[in-house]
Amino acid sequence: MADLKALYQEQILDHSKNPRNFHKLEPADRTALGRNPLCGDQFTVYLRMEGDRIADVAFEGQGCAISKSSASMMTQAVKGKTEDEAEHLFDRFHDLVMGKEADPDSLGKLAVFQGVSEFPIRVKCASLSWHTLKAALESKGSISME
Amino acid sequence: MVSKTKLLMNVEKIRADFPILSRTVRGKPLVYLDSAATSQKPQAVIDSVSDFYSRYNANVHRAIYELGEEATRAYEGAREKIAQFIHARSPNEVAFTKSTTESINTIAYGWGIKGKLREGDEIVSTVMEHHSNHVPWFFVQDAKGVKMKWVGMSDDGALKMEDYDTMITKRTKVVTVTQCSNVLGTINPVQEIAKRAHEVGAICVVDAAQSVPHMPVDVQKIDCDFLAFSGHKMLGPTGIGVLYGKEERLQEMEPLMGGGEMIREVHLGIAKWNDVPFKFEGGTPNMAGAIGLGVAVDYLNKIGMDNVRQHEVELTEYALDALSDVKGFHGFGLKDASRRGGVISFTLGDVHPHDIASILDVEGIAIRSGHHCAQPLMERLNVPATARASFYVYNTPEEADRLAAGLRKVLDVFA
Repeated sequence: MADLKALYQEQILDHSKNPRNFHKLEPADRTALGRNPLCGDQFTVYLRMEGDRIADVAFEGQGCAISKSSASMMTQAVKGKTEDEAEHLFDRFHDLVMGKEADPDSLGKLAVFQGVSEFPIRVKCASLSWHTLKAALESKGSISME
Repeated sequence: MVSKTKLLMNVEKIRADFPILSRTVRGKPLVYLDSAATSQKPQAVIDSVSDFYSRYNANVHRAIYELGEEATRAYEGAREKIAQFIHARSPNEVAFTKSTTESINTIAYGWGIKGKLREGDEIVSTVMEHHSNHVPWFFVQDAKGVKMKWVGMSDDGALKMEDYDTMITKRTKVVTVTQCSNVLGTINPVQEIAKRAHEVGAICVVDAAQSVPHMPVDVQKIDCDFLAFSGHKMLGPTGIGVLYGKEERLQEMEPLMGGGEMIREVHLGIAKWNDVPFKFEGGTPNMAGAIGLGVAVDYLNKIGMDNVRQHEVELTEYALDALSDVKGFHGFGLKDASRRGGVISFTLGDVHPHDIASILDVEGIAIRSGHHCAQPLMERLNVPATARASFYVYNTPEEADRLAAGLRKVLDVFA
Protein backbone atom coordinates (compact mmCIF):
# COMPACT_ATOMS: atom_id res chain seq x y z
CA MET A 1 0.00 0.00 0.00
CA ALA A 2 1.23 3.45 -0.87
CA ASP A 3 2.34 5.29 2.19
CA LEU A 4 1.27 8.89 2.64
CA LYS A 5 4.18 9.58 4.95
CA ALA A 6 6.56 8.35 2.27
CA LEU A 7 5.22 11.04 -0.06
CA TYR A 8 4.82 13.89 2.39
CA GLN A 9 8.05 13.51 4.33
CA GLU A 10 8.91 16.07 6.99
CA GLN A 11 11.61 17.65 4.83
CA ILE A 12 9.26 17.94 1.86
CA LEU A 13 6.66 19.71 3.99
CA ASP A 14 9.32 21.96 5.46
CA HIS A 15 10.66 22.98 2.06
CA SER A 16 7.16 23.54 0.68
CA LYS A 17 6.30 25.88 3.56
CA ASN A 18 9.71 27.55 3.71
CA PRO A 19 11.21 27.26 0.26
CA ARG A 20 14.95 28.05 0.04
CA ASN A 21 16.45 30.30 -2.65
CA PHE A 22 12.89 31.44 -3.33
CA HIS A 23 13.43 34.80 -4.99
CA LYS A 24 14.34 36.44 -8.22
CA LEU A 25 18.01 36.52 -9.12
CA GLU A 26 19.12 39.87 -10.56
CA PRO A 27 20.95 39.94 -12.77
CA ALA A 28 20.62 36.35 -13.92
CA ASP A 29 22.64 34.89 -16.79
CA ARG A 30 19.97 32.39 -17.72
CA THR A 31 16.31 31.93 -16.84
CA ALA A 32 13.56 29.57 -17.88
CA LEU A 33 9.87 29.29 -17.15
CA GLY A 34 8.45 25.82 -16.54
CA ARG A 35 4.73 25.12 -16.56
CA ASN A 36 2.56 22.12 -15.89
CA PRO A 37 -0.69 23.01 -17.66
CA LEU A 38 -2.48 20.08 -16.04
CA CYS A 39 -2.36 21.67 -12.60
CA GLY A 40 -1.40 25.28 -13.27
CA ASP A 41 1.97 24.95 -11.54
CA GLN A 42 4.65 27.26 -12.80
CA PHE A 43 8.16 28.12 -11.75
CA THR A 44 10.88 30.40 -13.06
CA VAL A 45 14.44 29.22 -12.48
CA TYR A 46 17.24 31.80 -12.44
CA LEU A 47 20.92 30.93 -12.90
CA ARG A 48 24.12 32.88 -12.46
CA MET A 49 26.99 31.09 -14.15
CA GLU A 50 30.72 31.22 -13.68
CA GLY A 51 32.06 29.47 -16.74
CA ASP A 52 30.13 26.23 -16.85
CA ARG A 53 29.59 26.24 -13.11
CA ILE A 54 26.29 27.24 -11.46
CA ALA A 55 27.45 30.01 -9.16
CA ASP A 56 23.97 30.85 -7.93
CA VAL A 57 20.48 29.55 -8.50
CA ALA A 58 17.06 30.71 -7.36
CA PHE A 59 13.41 30.21 -8.25
CA GLU A 60 10.00 31.86 -8.09
CA GLY A 61 6.49 30.66 -8.78
CA GLN A 62 3.67 28.56 -7.44
CA GLY A 63 2.82 24.93 -7.22
CA CYS A 64 1.90 22.00 -5.03
CA ALA A 65 3.93 20.87 -2.04
CA ILE A 66 5.80 18.30 -4.10
CA SER A 67 6.76 20.64 -6.92
CA LYS A 68 7.68 23.53 -4.64
CA SER A 69 9.77 21.49 -2.23
CA SER A 70 11.46 19.77 -5.14
CA ALA A 71 12.37 23.14 -6.66
CA SER A 72 13.68 24.32 -3.31
CA MET A 73 15.84 21.25 -2.76
CA MET A 74 16.96 21.26 -6.38
CA THR A 75 18.44 24.75 -5.95
CA GLN A 76 20.38 23.56 -2.93
CA ALA A 77 21.57 20.44 -4.71
CA VAL A 78 22.89 22.08 -7.88
CA LYS A 79 24.47 25.23 -6.51
CA GLY A 80 28.19 25.05 -7.24
CA LYS A 81 27.81 22.15 -9.68
CA THR A 82 28.93 22.21 -13.29
CA GLU A 83 26.35 21.90 -16.07
CA ASP A 84 27.32 18.28 -16.65
CA GLU A 85 27.13 17.46 -12.96
CA ALA A 86 23.71 19.12 -12.68
CA GLU A 87 22.36 17.23 -15.70
CA HIS A 88 23.76 13.98 -14.36
CA LEU A 89 22.07 14.66 -11.02
CA PHE A 90 18.78 15.33 -12.85
CA ASP A 91 19.07 11.94 -14.58
CA ARG A 92 19.58 10.25 -11.25
CA PHE A 93 16.76 12.25 -9.64
CA HIS A 94 14.46 11.21 -12.48
CA ASP A 95 15.39 7.56 -11.92
CA LEU A 96 14.67 8.05 -8.23
CA VAL A 97 11.13 9.37 -8.71
CA MET A 98 10.49 6.70 -11.35
CA GLY A 99 11.49 4.03 -8.82
CA LYS A 100 14.53 2.98 -10.85
CA GLU A 101 17.33 4.18 -8.57
CA ALA A 102 19.14 1.26 -6.93
CA ASP A 103 20.81 3.30 -4.23
CA PRO A 104 18.51 6.19 -3.24
CA ASP A 105 20.58 7.16 -0.21
CA SER A 106 23.51 8.05 -2.44
CA LEU A 107 21.41 11.03 -3.60
CA GLY A 108 21.66 12.55 -0.15
CA LYS A 109 18.78 14.79 0.89
CA LEU A 110 17.04 14.30 -2.46
CA ALA A 111 16.34 10.70 -1.40
CA VAL A 112 13.19 11.97 0.36
CA PHE A 113 11.53 12.09 -3.07
CA GLN A 114 11.72 8.31 -3.40
CA GLY A 115 8.09 8.10 -2.18
CA VAL A 116 6.90 9.90 -5.31
CA SER A 117 7.49 6.70 -7.30
CA GLU A 118 4.41 5.21 -5.64
CA PHE A 119 2.32 8.06 -7.10
CA PRO A 120 3.24 8.07 -10.81
CA ILE A 121 0.94 11.01 -11.56
CA ARG A 122 3.05 13.16 -9.23
CA VAL A 123 6.34 12.47 -11.05
CA LYS A 124 5.72 15.54 -13.20
CA CYS A 125 5.29 17.65 -10.06
CA ALA A 126 8.60 16.47 -8.62
CA SER A 127 10.52 16.91 -11.85
CA LEU A 128 9.03 20.21 -13.10
CA SER A 129 11.77 22.40 -11.60
CA TRP A 130 14.47 20.04 -12.85
CA HIS A 131 13.14 20.22 -16.40
CA THR A 132 13.06 23.99 -15.99
CA LEU A 133 16.65 24.00 -14.77
CA LYS A 134 17.67 21.99 -17.81
CA ALA A 135 15.85 24.44 -20.10
CA ALA A 136 17.65 27.34 -18.40
CA LEU A 137 21.01 25.62 -18.82
CA GLU A 138 20.19 25.06 -22.46
CA SER A 139 18.78 28.60 -22.65
CA LYS A 140 15.45 27.40 -23.97
CA GLY A 141 13.42 30.07 -22.22
CA SER A 142 10.32 28.08 -21.41
CA ILE A 143 9.05 24.53 -21.25
CA SER A 144 5.68 22.96 -20.82
CA MET A 145 5.09 19.56 -19.24
CA GLU A 146 2.27 18.04 -21.20
CA MET B 1 -30.33 19.98 6.28
CA VAL B 2 -31.17 16.50 5.10
CA SER B 3 -30.66 13.68 7.54
CA LYS B 4 -28.78 10.65 6.25
CA THR B 5 -31.78 8.39 6.55
CA LYS B 6 -34.25 10.60 4.72
CA LEU B 7 -32.72 10.21 1.28
CA LEU B 8 -35.41 9.59 -1.27
CA MET B 9 -33.66 6.85 -3.18
CA ASN B 10 -32.54 3.43 -2.14
CA VAL B 11 -28.90 4.10 -2.89
CA GLU B 12 -27.65 0.79 -1.54
CA LYS B 13 -29.79 -1.03 -4.07
CA ILE B 14 -28.39 1.16 -6.85
CA ARG B 15 -24.81 0.68 -5.66
CA ALA B 16 -25.21 -3.08 -5.93
CA ASP B 17 -25.65 -2.63 -9.69
CA PHE B 18 -22.19 -1.04 -10.08
CA PRO B 19 -19.47 -3.69 -9.78
CA ILE B 20 -16.61 -1.18 -9.50
CA LEU B 21 -18.07 0.33 -6.34
CA SER B 22 -17.33 -2.82 -4.36
CA ARG B 23 -13.58 -2.68 -5.00
CA THR B 24 -10.98 -1.25 -2.69
CA VAL B 25 -8.39 1.35 -3.60
CA ARG B 26 -5.10 1.47 -1.73
CA GLY B 27 -6.65 -0.89 0.82
CA LYS B 28 -9.71 1.27 1.47
CA PRO B 29 -13.26 1.01 0.10
CA LEU B 30 -13.50 3.18 -3.01
CA VAL B 31 -15.28 6.51 -2.58
CA TYR B 32 -15.82 7.67 -6.15
CA LEU B 33 -16.47 11.41 -6.28
CA ASP B 34 -15.43 12.18 -9.84
CA SER B 35 -18.57 11.48 -11.86
CA ALA B 36 -18.39 14.91 -13.49
CA ALA B 37 -15.26 13.59 -15.23
CA THR B 38 -16.76 10.21 -16.02
CA SER B 39 -19.46 8.12 -14.38
CA GLN B 40 -19.24 4.48 -13.36
CA LYS B 41 -21.26 1.88 -15.26
CA PRO B 42 -24.03 -0.43 -14.04
CA GLN B 43 -23.75 -4.13 -14.85
CA ALA B 44 -26.63 -3.85 -17.35
CA VAL B 45 -24.61 -1.41 -19.48
CA ILE B 46 -21.44 -3.50 -19.24
CA ASP B 47 -23.44 -6.60 -20.22
CA SER B 48 -25.09 -4.87 -23.17
CA VAL B 49 -21.70 -4.04 -24.70
CA SER B 50 -20.42 -7.53 -24.15
CA ASP B 51 -23.70 -8.95 -25.46
CA PHE B 52 -23.40 -6.96 -28.69
CA TYR B 53 -19.96 -8.37 -29.42
CA SER B 54 -20.91 -11.87 -28.23
CA ARG B 55 -24.18 -12.26 -30.10
CA TYR B 56 -24.92 -9.84 -32.92
CA ASN B 57 -21.86 -7.81 -33.94
CA ALA B 58 -22.31 -6.72 -37.57
CA ASN B 59 -22.07 -3.42 -39.37
CA VAL B 60 -25.26 -1.37 -39.12
CA HIS B 61 -27.22 -0.17 -42.17
CA ARG B 62 -25.08 -2.26 -44.54
CA ALA B 63 -25.27 -5.94 -43.81
CA ILE B 64 -27.98 -7.87 -45.69
CA TYR B 65 -28.30 -10.66 -43.17
CA GLU B 66 -29.95 -11.35 -39.84
CA LEU B 67 -27.03 -10.23 -37.65
CA GLY B 68 -26.92 -6.91 -39.44
CA GLU B 69 -30.67 -6.48 -38.98
CA GLU B 70 -30.35 -7.11 -35.28
CA ALA B 71 -27.43 -4.71 -34.93
CA THR B 72 -29.28 -2.01 -36.88
CA ARG B 73 -32.46 -2.51 -34.83
CA ALA B 74 -30.53 -2.17 -31.57
CA TYR B 75 -28.54 0.84 -32.80
CA GLU B 76 -31.61 2.66 -34.10
CA GLY B 77 -33.53 1.58 -31.00
CA ALA B 78 -30.91 3.35 -28.91
CA ARG B 79 -31.36 6.48 -31.02
CA GLU B 80 -35.12 6.39 -30.34
CA LYS B 81 -34.61 5.96 -26.61
CA ILE B 82 -32.23 8.91 -26.51
CA ALA B 83 -34.57 11.08 -28.58
CA GLN B 84 -37.39 10.34 -26.13
CA PHE B 85 -35.09 10.89 -23.16
CA ILE B 86 -34.37 14.49 -24.19
CA HIS B 87 -37.85 15.00 -25.72
CA ALA B 88 -36.65 15.51 -29.28
CA ARG B 89 -39.42 15.67 -31.88
CA SER B 90 -37.96 12.75 -33.77
CA PRO B 91 -35.00 10.33 -33.70
CA ASN B 92 -33.81 12.13 -36.84
CA GLU B 93 -32.75 14.95 -34.57
CA VAL B 94 -30.26 12.74 -32.76
CA ALA B 95 -26.85 12.08 -34.34
CA PHE B 96 -24.29 9.86 -32.69
CA THR B 97 -20.80 11.30 -32.25
CA LYS B 98 -17.94 10.20 -30.08
CA SER B 99 -18.39 12.90 -27.43
CA THR B 100 -19.71 16.32 -26.47
CA THR B 101 -16.48 17.67 -27.91
CA GLU B 102 -17.11 16.10 -31.31
CA SER B 103 -20.72 17.28 -31.24
CA ILE B 104 -19.74 20.91 -30.61
CA ASN B 105 -16.96 20.74 -33.21
CA THR B 106 -19.49 19.41 -35.70
CA ILE B 107 -21.77 22.40 -35.04
CA ALA B 108 -18.93 24.93 -35.12
CA TYR B 109 -17.65 23.52 -38.40
CA GLY B 110 -20.91 22.72 -40.15
CA TRP B 111 -22.97 25.70 -39.09
CA GLY B 112 -20.10 28.09 -38.38
CA ILE B 113 -17.15 27.63 -40.67
CA LYS B 114 -18.98 26.04 -43.63
CA GLY B 115 -22.21 27.87 -42.91
CA LYS B 116 -23.61 31.33 -43.13
CA LEU B 117 -21.35 33.17 -40.71
CA ARG B 118 -19.62 36.24 -42.13
CA GLU B 119 -17.04 38.71 -40.92
CA GLY B 120 -18.69 41.12 -38.52
CA ASP B 121 -21.05 38.48 -37.14
CA GLU B 122 -20.82 37.76 -33.44
CA ILE B 123 -20.87 34.75 -31.18
CA VAL B 124 -21.91 35.22 -27.55
CA SER B 125 -20.48 32.66 -25.12
CA THR B 126 -19.76 32.78 -21.37
CA VAL B 127 -16.71 32.74 -19.10
CA MET B 128 -17.79 29.49 -17.44
CA GLU B 129 -17.59 27.20 -20.48
CA HIS B 130 -15.57 23.99 -20.63
CA HIS B 131 -12.71 24.16 -23.15
CA SER B 132 -14.80 21.98 -25.46
CA ASN B 133 -17.32 24.81 -25.77
CA HIS B 134 -14.60 27.46 -26.11
CA VAL B 135 -12.03 26.16 -28.56
CA PRO B 136 -14.32 25.00 -31.44
CA TRP B 137 -15.70 28.57 -31.54
CA PHE B 138 -12.17 29.97 -31.60
CA PHE B 139 -11.76 27.98 -34.83
CA VAL B 140 -14.80 29.80 -36.22
CA GLN B 141 -13.52 33.15 -34.96
CA ASP B 142 -10.16 32.61 -36.68
CA ALA B 143 -11.59 31.15 -39.90
CA LYS B 144 -14.41 33.63 -40.45
CA GLY B 145 -13.31 36.83 -38.69
CA VAL B 146 -16.28 36.48 -36.38
CA LYS B 147 -16.16 38.37 -33.11
CA MET B 148 -16.61 36.57 -29.80
CA LYS B 149 -18.07 38.00 -26.60
CA TRP B 150 -18.21 36.33 -23.23
CA VAL B 151 -20.95 36.87 -20.68
CA GLY B 152 -19.46 37.40 -17.23
CA MET B 153 -20.17 35.84 -13.88
CA SER B 154 -20.88 37.14 -10.40
CA ASP B 155 -18.50 36.20 -7.59
CA ASP B 156 -20.92 33.59 -6.30
CA GLY B 157 -20.94 31.82 -9.67
CA ALA B 158 -24.12 32.97 -11.44
CA LEU B 159 -24.08 34.21 -15.03
CA LYS B 160 -24.50 37.96 -15.31
CA MET B 161 -27.77 37.78 -17.19
CA GLU B 162 -27.72 41.55 -17.68
CA ASP B 163 -24.66 41.09 -19.94
CA TYR B 164 -26.95 39.50 -22.51
CA ASP B 165 -28.86 42.79 -22.70
CA THR B 166 -25.83 44.50 -24.19
CA MET B 167 -23.98 41.62 -25.80
CA ILE B 168 -26.83 40.16 -27.85
CA THR B 169 -27.34 42.48 -30.81
CA LYS B 170 -28.53 42.17 -34.39
CA ARG B 171 -24.98 41.06 -35.27
CA THR B 172 -25.28 38.02 -32.95
CA LYS B 173 -25.59 34.79 -34.89
CA VAL B 174 -24.75 32.18 -32.25
CA VAL B 175 -25.38 32.14 -28.50
CA THR B 176 -23.66 29.23 -26.80
CA VAL B 177 -23.85 28.31 -23.13
CA THR B 178 -23.35 25.42 -20.76
CA GLN B 179 -26.51 24.27 -19.04
CA CYS B 180 -24.54 23.24 -15.96
CA SER B 181 -20.99 24.34 -15.13
CA ASN B 182 -18.57 21.44 -14.73
CA VAL B 183 -16.65 23.45 -12.13
CA LEU B 184 -19.25 25.38 -10.14
CA GLY B 185 -22.33 23.28 -10.79
CA THR B 186 -24.24 26.48 -11.62
CA ILE B 187 -27.40 25.67 -13.56
CA ASN B 188 -27.96 28.33 -16.19
CA PRO B 189 -31.38 29.51 -17.43
CA VAL B 190 -30.90 28.09 -20.93
CA GLN B 191 -34.55 28.46 -21.85
CA GLU B 192 -34.37 32.21 -21.21
CA ILE B 193 -31.03 32.44 -23.04
CA ALA B 194 -32.42 30.58 -26.08
CA LYS B 195 -35.35 32.99 -26.13
CA ARG B 196 -33.00 35.96 -26.11
CA ALA B 197 -30.97 34.44 -28.96
CA HIS B 198 -34.07 33.85 -31.06
CA GLU B 199 -35.27 37.41 -30.55
CA VAL B 200 -32.40 38.57 -32.80
CA GLY B 201 -32.52 35.56 -35.10
CA ALA B 202 -29.44 33.88 -33.61
CA ILE B 203 -29.22 30.17 -32.89
CA CYS B 204 -28.72 28.80 -29.38
CA VAL B 205 -26.22 26.00 -28.68
CA VAL B 206 -26.34 24.24 -25.32
CA ASP B 207 -23.48 22.23 -23.82
CA ALA B 208 -25.45 19.68 -21.83
CA ALA B 209 -22.56 17.38 -20.83
CA GLN B 210 -23.23 18.03 -17.13
CA SER B 211 -27.00 18.41 -17.29
CA VAL B 212 -28.48 15.56 -19.36
CA PRO B 213 -26.91 12.95 -17.02
CA HIS B 214 -28.25 14.61 -13.89
CA MET B 215 -31.62 16.26 -14.47
CA PRO B 216 -34.66 16.12 -16.74
CA VAL B 217 -33.82 17.92 -19.98
CA ASP B 218 -36.47 18.80 -22.56
CA VAL B 219 -35.00 20.21 -25.78
CA GLN B 220 -38.41 21.37 -27.01
CA LYS B 221 -39.03 23.29 -23.81
CA ILE B 222 -35.56 24.86 -23.91
CA ASP B 223 -36.13 25.48 -27.61
CA CYS B 224 -32.38 25.36 -28.27
CA ASP B 225 -31.19 24.76 -31.82
CA PHE B 226 -28.41 22.39 -30.83
CA LEU B 227 -27.55 20.46 -27.69
CA ALA B 228 -24.54 18.25 -27.03
CA PHE B 229 -23.76 15.59 -24.42
CA SER B 230 -21.62 12.51 -23.77
CA GLY B 231 -22.59 8.95 -22.95
CA HIS B 232 -19.80 8.19 -20.52
CA LYS B 233 -20.93 10.82 -18.03
CA MET B 234 -24.43 9.27 -17.86
CA LEU B 235 -23.62 5.65 -16.99
CA GLY B 236 -22.93 4.78 -20.64
CA PRO B 237 -19.78 3.59 -22.39
CA THR B 238 -16.93 5.89 -23.42
CA GLY B 239 -16.58 6.99 -27.04
CA ILE B 240 -20.25 7.71 -27.66
CA GLY B 241 -21.81 11.17 -27.62
CA VAL B 242 -24.90 12.87 -28.93
CA LEU B 243 -25.49 15.82 -31.19
CA TYR B 244 -29.08 16.98 -30.96
CA GLY B 245 -30.21 19.53 -33.51
CA LYS B 246 -33.56 20.78 -34.70
CA GLU B 247 -34.16 18.93 -37.94
CA GLU B 248 -34.11 22.10 -40.04
CA ARG B 249 -30.78 23.13 -38.48
CA LEU B 250 -29.25 19.74 -39.18
CA GLN B 251 -30.56 19.90 -42.74
CA GLU B 252 -28.89 23.22 -43.47
CA MET B 253 -25.57 22.18 -41.98
CA GLU B 254 -22.55 20.62 -43.68
CA PRO B 255 -21.08 17.41 -42.21
CA LEU B 256 -17.69 17.43 -40.47
CA MET B 257 -16.57 14.03 -41.67
CA GLY B 258 -16.83 12.49 -45.09
CA GLY B 259 -16.78 8.75 -45.60
CA GLY B 260 -19.02 5.74 -45.58
CA GLU B 261 -22.57 5.89 -44.21
CA MET B 262 -22.86 9.67 -44.54
CA ILE B 263 -23.39 9.66 -48.33
CA ARG B 264 -26.39 9.22 -50.59
CA GLU B 265 -24.32 8.80 -53.76
CA VAL B 266 -20.69 9.25 -54.73
CA HIS B 267 -19.18 9.74 -58.18
CA LEU B 268 -15.61 10.62 -58.96
CA GLY B 269 -15.09 14.09 -57.54
CA ILE B 270 -18.63 14.59 -56.26
CA ALA B 271 -20.90 13.30 -53.54
CA LYS B 272 -24.37 13.91 -52.18
CA TRP B 273 -25.04 13.64 -48.48
CA ASN B 274 -27.28 11.13 -46.81
CA ASP B 275 -30.37 12.27 -44.87
CA VAL B 276 -30.08 13.63 -41.35
CA PRO B 277 -28.90 12.39 -38.95
CA PHE B 278 -26.84 9.89 -40.95
CA LYS B 279 -24.87 12.51 -42.81
CA PHE B 280 -23.15 13.29 -39.50
CA GLU B 281 -22.19 9.67 -38.89
CA GLY B 282 -19.38 9.13 -41.38
CA GLY B 283 -17.56 5.83 -40.90
CA THR B 284 -18.67 2.75 -39.02
CA PRO B 285 -20.20 4.18 -35.84
CA ASN B 286 -19.55 3.13 -32.26
CA MET B 287 -22.36 0.59 -32.35
CA ALA B 288 -21.68 -1.06 -29.01
CA GLY B 289 -21.35 2.39 -27.46
CA ALA B 290 -24.69 3.58 -28.81
CA ILE B 291 -26.44 0.41 -27.69
CA GLY B 292 -24.81 0.68 -24.26
CA LEU B 293 -25.94 4.29 -24.01
CA GLY B 294 -29.49 3.20 -24.81
CA VAL B 295 -29.30 0.78 -21.87
CA ALA B 296 -27.92 3.54 -19.64
CA VAL B 297 -30.95 5.64 -20.60
CA ASP B 298 -33.22 2.72 -19.65
CA TYR B 299 -31.44 2.52 -16.32
CA LEU B 300 -31.83 6.24 -15.63
CA ASN B 301 -35.48 6.15 -16.71
CA LYS B 302 -36.11 3.33 -14.25
CA ILE B 303 -34.84 5.52 -11.43
CA GLY B 304 -36.55 8.59 -12.88
CA MET B 305 -34.63 11.76 -13.71
CA ASP B 306 -36.61 13.77 -11.17
CA ASN B 307 -35.40 11.36 -8.51
CA VAL B 308 -31.82 11.55 -9.80
CA ARG B 309 -31.97 15.32 -9.55
CA GLN B 310 -33.60 15.30 -6.13
CA HIS B 311 -30.98 12.88 -4.81
CA GLU B 312 -28.15 15.11 -5.98
CA VAL B 313 -29.71 18.25 -4.52
CA GLU B 314 -30.06 16.52 -1.15
CA LEU B 315 -26.56 15.11 -1.29
CA THR B 316 -25.00 18.43 -2.35
CA GLU B 317 -26.80 20.20 0.47
CA TYR B 318 -25.63 17.57 2.94
CA ALA B 319 -22.04 17.67 1.64
CA LEU B 320 -21.82 21.48 1.62
CA ASP B 321 -22.94 21.42 5.22
CA ALA B 322 -20.50 18.67 6.27
CA LEU B 323 -17.58 20.29 4.44
CA SER B 324 -18.22 23.79 5.77
CA ASP B 325 -17.22 22.48 9.21
CA VAL B 326 -13.73 21.66 7.93
CA LYS B 327 -11.27 24.40 8.83
CA GLY B 328 -10.06 26.32 5.80
CA PHE B 329 -12.68 24.84 3.44
CA HIS B 330 -13.69 27.34 0.78
CA GLY B 331 -16.42 26.23 -1.58
CA PHE B 332 -17.03 27.96 -4.91
CA GLY B 333 -20.43 28.45 -6.45
CA LEU B 334 -23.95 29.20 -5.37
CA LYS B 335 -24.95 28.37 -1.81
CA ASP B 336 -28.43 27.24 -2.83
CA ALA B 337 -28.17 23.55 -3.80
CA SER B 338 -31.40 23.77 -5.80
CA ARG B 339 -29.65 26.09 -8.28
CA ARG B 340 -26.63 23.89 -8.85
CA GLY B 341 -25.68 20.41 -9.93
CA GLY B 342 -23.91 17.87 -7.74
CA VAL B 343 -20.47 19.42 -8.23
CA ILE B 344 -18.45 21.04 -5.44
CA SER B 345 -15.23 22.85 -6.32
CA PHE B 346 -13.19 23.95 -3.36
CA THR B 347 -9.87 24.95 -1.90
CA LEU B 348 -8.56 24.06 1.55
CA GLY B 349 -6.47 26.75 3.19
CA ASP B 350 -3.31 27.13 1.17
CA VAL B 351 -2.95 23.42 0.42
CA HIS B 352 -2.55 22.88 -3.31
CA PRO B 353 -5.43 20.88 -4.89
CA HIS B 354 -2.99 18.24 -6.15
CA ASP B 355 -1.80 17.61 -2.62
CA ILE B 356 -5.42 17.38 -1.47
CA ALA B 357 -6.18 14.83 -4.21
CA SER B 358 -3.10 12.71 -3.46
CA ILE B 359 -3.83 12.52 0.24
CA LEU B 360 -7.50 11.68 -0.39
CA ASP B 361 -6.36 9.03 -2.87
CA VAL B 362 -4.51 7.24 -0.10
CA GLU B 363 -7.84 7.24 1.76
CA GLY B 364 -9.50 5.58 -1.23
CA ILE B 365 -11.31 8.81 -2.19
CA ALA B 366 -11.23 9.80 -5.87
CA ILE B 367 -11.71 13.51 -6.59
CA ARG B 368 -10.48 15.74 -9.39
CA SER B 369 -7.92 18.49 -9.00
CA GLY B 370 -6.70 21.02 -11.53
CA HIS B 371 -8.31 23.50 -13.86
CA HIS B 372 -11.10 21.13 -14.99
CA CYS B 373 -10.63 22.12 -18.65
CA ALA B 374 -11.97 25.56 -17.77
CA GLN B 375 -8.92 27.81 -17.62
CA PRO B 376 -10.83 31.03 -18.41
CA LEU B 377 -13.08 30.29 -15.44
CA MET B 378 -10.04 29.63 -13.22
CA GLU B 379 -8.71 33.04 -14.28
CA ARG B 380 -12.07 34.59 -13.42
CA LEU B 381 -12.00 32.91 -9.99
CA ASN B 382 -8.37 33.99 -9.68
CA VAL B 383 -7.13 30.54 -8.64
CA PRO B 384 -4.62 28.33 -10.48
CA ALA B 385 -6.63 25.23 -9.68
CA THR B 386 -9.35 23.82 -7.46
CA ALA B 387 -10.23 20.46 -5.99
CA ARG B 388 -13.59 19.10 -7.13
CA ALA B 389 -15.92 16.47 -5.71
CA SER B 390 -18.89 15.45 -7.84
CA PHE B 391 -21.83 13.18 -7.11
CA TYR B 392 -24.15 10.83 -8.92
CA VAL B 393 -26.94 8.37 -8.23
CA TYR B 394 -24.65 5.94 -6.41
CA ASN B 395 -23.13 8.37 -3.91
CA THR B 396 -24.17 8.48 -0.26
CA PRO B 397 -24.05 10.97 2.64
CA GLU B 398 -21.56 8.61 4.31
CA GLU B 399 -19.21 9.24 1.40
CA ALA B 400 -19.57 12.99 1.91
CA ASP B 401 -18.62 12.37 5.55
CA ARG B 402 -15.59 10.38 4.44
CA LEU B 403 -14.59 13.27 2.20
CA ALA B 404 -14.85 15.66 5.16
CA ALA B 405 -12.78 13.27 7.30
CA GLY B 406 -10.25 12.97 4.48
CA LEU B 407 -9.91 16.74 4.31
CA ARG B 408 -9.21 16.84 8.05
CA LYS B 409 -6.44 14.33 7.38
CA VAL B 410 -5.05 16.66 4.70
CA LEU B 411 -4.96 19.42 7.29
CA ASP B 412 -3.15 17.10 9.71
CA VAL B 413 -0.45 16.37 7.14
CA PHE B 414 0.10 20.06 6.52
CA ALA B 415 -0.34 21.17 10.14
